[in-house]
Amino acid sequence: MLWRAILGRFGISLVTLWVVSILIFIGTNLLPGDVAQIILGQTATPESTAALRAKLGLDKHPIEQYWVWLQNVMMGDLGISKAGLGAGLGTPIVEMLGPRVDNTLRLTLIVGAVAIPISLFLGLIAAMHPGTRLDRSITFATLNLISVPDFLVATALVLIFAVSLGWLPSIVYLRGDETGWVLLKTLAMPILTLVILVSSQIIRMTRATVLNVMSSPYIEMAILKGVPRRRIILRHALFNAVGPIVNVIALNLAWLVGGVVVVEQIFSYPGLAKLMIEAVQMRDMPLVQACAMIFCATYIVLIFIADIASILSNPRLRHPK
Amino acid sequence: MSEPSQETSASTQFDELPTAPPKRKIRLSWPGKIGVSVLIFWAIIVVIGPTIAPYHEADILDEELFIVPGSDEMYPDTDFQPPSSIVLLGSDYLGRDTLSRILFGARTTIGISLLATLLAYLIGVTLGIAAAVGSKFLDMCLSRVNDALLSIPSIMFALVLIAALNSPGIFWLILIAGFIYAASVFRIARSLGQEVMVSDFVEAAKVRGEGLWWIITREVLPNIAMPLATDFGLRFVWVILFISSLSFLGLGVQPPMSDWGSMVKENLSGLVYGSVAPLMPALAIATLTISVNMIVDDISAATGGKLAKRMIS
Repeated sequence: MLWRAILGRFGISLVTLWVVSILIFIGTNLLPGDVAQIILGQTATPESTAALRAKLGLDKHPIEQYWVWLQNVMMGDLGISKAGLGAGLGTPIVEMLGPRVDNTLRLTLIVGAVAIPISLFLGLIAAMHPGTRLDRSITFATLNLISVPDFLVATALVLIFAVSLGWLPSIVYLRGDETGWVLLKTLAMPILTLVILVSSQIIRMTRATVLNVMSSPYIEMAILKGVPRRRIILRHALFNAVGPIVNVIALNLAWLVGGVVVVEQIFSYPGLAKLMIEAVQMRDMPLVQACAMIFCATYIVLIFIADIASILSNPRLRHPK
Repeated sequence: MSEPSQETSASTQFDELPTAPPKRKIRLSWPGKIGVSVLIFWAIIVVIGPTIAPYHEADILDEELFIVPGSDEMYPDTDFQPPSSIVLLGSDYLGRDTLSRILFGARTTIGISLLATLLAYLIGVTLGIAAAVGSKFLDMCLSRVNDALLSIPSIMFALVLIAALNSPGIFWLILIAGFIYAASVFRIARSLGQEVMVSDFVEAAKVRGEGLWWIITREVLPNIAMPLATDFGLRFVWVILFISSLSFLGLGVQPPMSDWGSMVKENLSGLVYGSVAPLMPALAIATLTISVNMIVDDISAATGGKLAKRMIS
């Protein structure tokens, strides 16, 4: 039954990914006018436009174009960026993505490694002492932090740590050979911003889920038996709250990969999301498609993992009705 | 719901609705009360903001205004002025009054977000209820497309559409935001609708021979109205943050119109000089979104937190 449930989730993920690829393809092909014409500009002769159209496969039927694109994507060929295409050969997108993926993954991993333990700890502390001053201040602070725009958090931190105190650089300037302490100092501002933003989400979710489990009958039983409160939370409640908590962690990790456009922009951090903004501003459609596919695939994979975690932690989910 | 029809005795007996249970009063905590007052404040500003603004949103202030009496400086800098009696919240990177721009921008930011949220609700609730009451096949198709839409980070999705439409105007901005947020509204409307559809009273209505339209308007909609209204608040906050982020990236509301998100972006360079110009509009957004969240928090606490749980998942 366990394998069947997992296979079922896997099938749904694949179907979702497929629908996503169709949506992205339609979305990027809403473009009025002809990509070949846009690339070649005003001076294009009809012959050169036609040649480029044939080269890019634009003279085929849209469904055939989609099919070719899908096959290429599955083979790992994400196409050719518009950058430098006018001069002859464009840059393969895979080459452009490489360093950006490295940067994004580095930031995501550091932020995840810092934020997840902190927020689980604070969330549990708040849930252990509901209604106390500690709990109320944690709840109040996180509610405020999830309500404000991310650029407010970022600008406020810049104002404090870069302008007033002068401790940290306000812009990330990566040369590529930094290690250890220097690297950490360079990345400190975006890391701090993202840790604050991500933590407040996870803290709220952890607290809400654990408190929710705490109102179930078997916890009442444990309380009546006289089990100490700390043991109830750590042994009984936490394991039953794993599903939703893993889910919100997965959502936040996916957001760190694709949703941090604003933060990457403020600190001019060369990550994937900033690459996509640049692609949008340059109207570089193949690159936009590739980035969008990466973000959606990340989201779907992470949610799939979270689903499996909740199936493993809750045997009832193994038997879909 | 309307009054039970007592005068029209000719109506069939099925038209009568049983007396509703007494409504539970929602008691606002003090953050909730502050939230309500801030919300009313911004609602008034949306209406009268441009009339009470000391300057026009596009006015670049005269240098004469800033000449200190007695000083021999002829041409003082008008950009990034600190708050003073001339410019209450300072001036921006072009020397425009920040306060006036915030007052003008309230209409743009709140107006666009409200219209987009309403549009999202129109699409999302209609399709969500259709999926809840319709055939299994319809439900599956709609849900799969919806899952796919939800898997694209909303800001990325907007970027793809904006790129494809080649930096469109405000009308398209509202359409795009409404369309993107319709996906999450669909999800909650569908799950709420499904819950009502399997309840005993809907079963009873079906057995009585009531039509589908009757069930939707008399049973489903009244029962999901309250949770949806609360969700509307949260969704409105997200749309404000979303529109502001797009404007912040330079892809939302275009100059010379003032909008809180683009005001932050324009004045970001002033941060290095310690100017408050980028902070003020960001704080304006924050007061609005925090207030809505405080109110929603109170309401969901009054309904036992069930609501909040469903919205997060």
